[in-house]
Amino acid sequence: MKLNDAPGLDRKDLLGLEELSEREIRLILDTAREFREVLDRPIKTVPAMRGFTIANLFYESSTRTRMSFELAQKRLTADSIGLAVTASSVKKGESLRDTARNIEAMRVDMIVMRHSQSGAPHRLAAQIDAHVVNAGDGCHEHPTQGLLDLYTLLENLGDLRGKRIVIIGDIAHSRVARSNIHGLRRMGAQVGVCGPPTLIPVGIEDLGVTVYPTIEEALAEADAINVLRIQLERIGVPLFPSTREYARLFGVTPARLEVAKREVLVLHPGPINRNVELDSRVADAPGAVILSQVTNGVAIRMAVTYLLAQKTMKAAHALA
Amino acid sequence: MHSRDLLISGGRLVDPEADELRRADLLIRDGKVVALSPNINADVPVLDATGLIVSPGFIDLHVHFREPGQEWKEDIDSGSRCAAAGGFTTVCAMPNTDPPLHDQESVRFVVERAREVGLVDLHVVGAVTTDLAGTILSPMGEMAAAGCVAFSDDGRPILDSGLMRRALEYSRQFYLPIVQHAEDTGLTRGGAMNESAISTKLGLTGMHSSAEEIVVARDLALLPLTGGRYHVAHTSCARTIELLRRARAEGLPVSCEVTPHHLALDEQAVSDCDYDANYKMNPPLRSVVDREAMIQGCVDGTIDAIATDHAPHLPDEKEIGFSAAPFGVIGLETAFSVAATTLLPHMSLRDLLRLLTTGPASVFGFKDRGRLAPGLRGDVVLFDSESEAVYSVESTHSKSRNSAFDGMRLQGKIVATVLEGRVVFGESR
Repeated sequence: MKLNDAPGLDRKDLLGLEELSEREIRLILDTAREFREVLDRPIKTVPAMRGFTIANLFYESSTRTRMSFELAQKRLTADSIGLAVTASSVKKGESLRDTARNIEAMRVDMIVMRHSQSGAPHRLAAQIDAHVVNAGDGCHEHPTQGLLDLYTLLENLGDLRGKRIVIIGDIAHSRVARSNIHGLRRMGAQVGVCGPPTLIPVGIEDLGVTVYPTIEEALAEADAINVLRIQLERIGVPLFPSTREYARLFGVTPARLEVAKREVLVLHPGPINRNVELDSRVADAPGAVILSQVTNGVAIRMAVTYLLAQKTMKAAHALA
Repeated sequence: MHSRDLLISGGRLVDPEADELRRADLLIRDGKVVALSPNINADVPVLDATGLIVSPGFIDLHVHFREPGQEWKEDIDSGSRCAAAGGFTTVCAMPNTDPPLHDQESVRFVVERAREVGLVDLHVVGAVTTDLAGTILSPMGEMAAAGCVAFSDDGRPILDSGLMRRALEYSRQFYLPIVQHAEDTGLTRGGAMNESAISTKLGLTGMHSSAEEIVVARDLALLPLTGGRYHVAHTSCARTIELLRRARAEGLPVSCEVTPHHLALDEQAVSDCDYDANYKMNPPLRSVVDREAMIQGCVDGTIDAIATDHAPHLPDEKEIGFSAAPFGVIGLETAFSVAATTLLPHMSLRDLLRLLTTGPASVFGFKDRGRLAPGLRGDVVLFDSESEAVYSVESTHSKSRNSAFDGMRLQGKIVATVLEGRVVFGESR
């Protein structure tokens, strides 16, 4: 490991992939590659972050992202605590400023925040000195998911320059889609989106993506597809007629994939609605890298945590 | 008791309907203008206006003073101070208080409170429907007798076409307009900003401008049938202005207002502010094209008035996440300088002042104000139209701090405000 030589990220927070340079993304991916090796060892822990305190602040329910972050923190020997904040405290109008002040008062070094509202981690980050990692904000970004998708794609495709990646599903409400779009474009990939017109948001082309009118056209050109989890309703409004019709028109099935490239990669951020957006036969086939994504996610979150904390850690060691 | 006699001397007087600026003194006796001419001598207190412009006091058709019911955000006292500091001598308070201003008692209470405070002439826009519930017409006749100048369910659009028809018909007998908050809420549910590529990038639910256009188009279709008078609150999009321009050309009794923030800012501000809810308002900041159409509407006279939609919310109420935060910004104290900064490159000062004085006066039928002429109210504002300064919200008289212009360089400074001959803001120099 040459980790101690890593320059660290020259930013306090990781809020989105939109603002990351290609150099920063490569630094994270390269660092993750080293941590990924650690995860295959019998002893999966590196004593890199002793005494560093992280609070996982999840305003929205999550199992795997939260577990992935906690695992990454434990692997780095950081001290971490989880605070599951119920959705009701948001409805009660809890001020993000109050939240920030309270956490600050507890001398926490880093906050990992998941929130149902776009921009919530940005507001928190602007008001506290602690590092903030966005673990998914509303329909905006989910940067560590975007990074682990990039990692998985690079692992399998080598280079993303000129490769065509298509994101399928509810683009309008997906933070995974936005982080993927920004990250993939930064790495030189061509990005397409595909889904029912009600789930394709106004002006998505301005983010530099192609909108495919049919899933057949999308699949025919793709080197990899990222299939999003579909939800029938958003804030009580049905966005398409039924999951059955969605599966019929946009479900990724073996029959549909016949027009695709033989070696097309299939990603899914999980959890899968089996046989709705993704046919089980596709999800469990060799082309699906869904479980690799999950493992890579831990390594990515280790890398992000480690790199953001570098400066703080070095300053602390200088003091000690 | 303060004197209601005042001599404003040495300023340049501008009457929005007269030809040009003229250097003259202005004498107010017993709260009314009695003379305008050079070198008036009178044994009354003097307000030195040397180097300043003297204009009729500004009229705001649209404020929320939060009293009764939400006095922690603002009250009639603090709201009146904002008005005076902004050069406004007349404000019209919207009825979405708690309880709403939907009967003669609630209207009288607010008018009486404002009189006690005595810093601005406050009028009430009464509710169209009881409890603003959108079902039963409020007692408009009683409220008109109590002094209402218009009716609106502002904050909530009147969506039911049958109800809108009845409101326009019923209000006709009082010669008072129905003020519509034009928003088809079926298109804006859960929305936090204008719908466009920017809302898509930010992951915020959009409120498409068609939501405004649809309601205005529907209402215009009802005007020939009902004979009612119709005023559109806070217009925000190009197509609304186009609809109103055509309606006006057809001779329909329509009018509209625009807020300073829709003149000065567009949706890019939401992208640049890092989810600061002080840029969240309803209607939302629109596209560059929409903003330009607002300016054009002011230039060509389609827009009658600049109205602030002064809507105070405390910092902690705004800081709960952009989507959850309440809509609205304060605006009384910055209205003139924002308008001056935005519009003076496109129009004369006199035309700009029309949007703050005679324009709004004619919309709500104020006949005793809006100009500088003998017999009219002695409501006057003294300002410097050219000085520039960086606005700091910390200087506000509001209980809230939700300005969209904090830290912005603005042109124009209110120096003094005179209400019926009394200096209610500024010092005699």
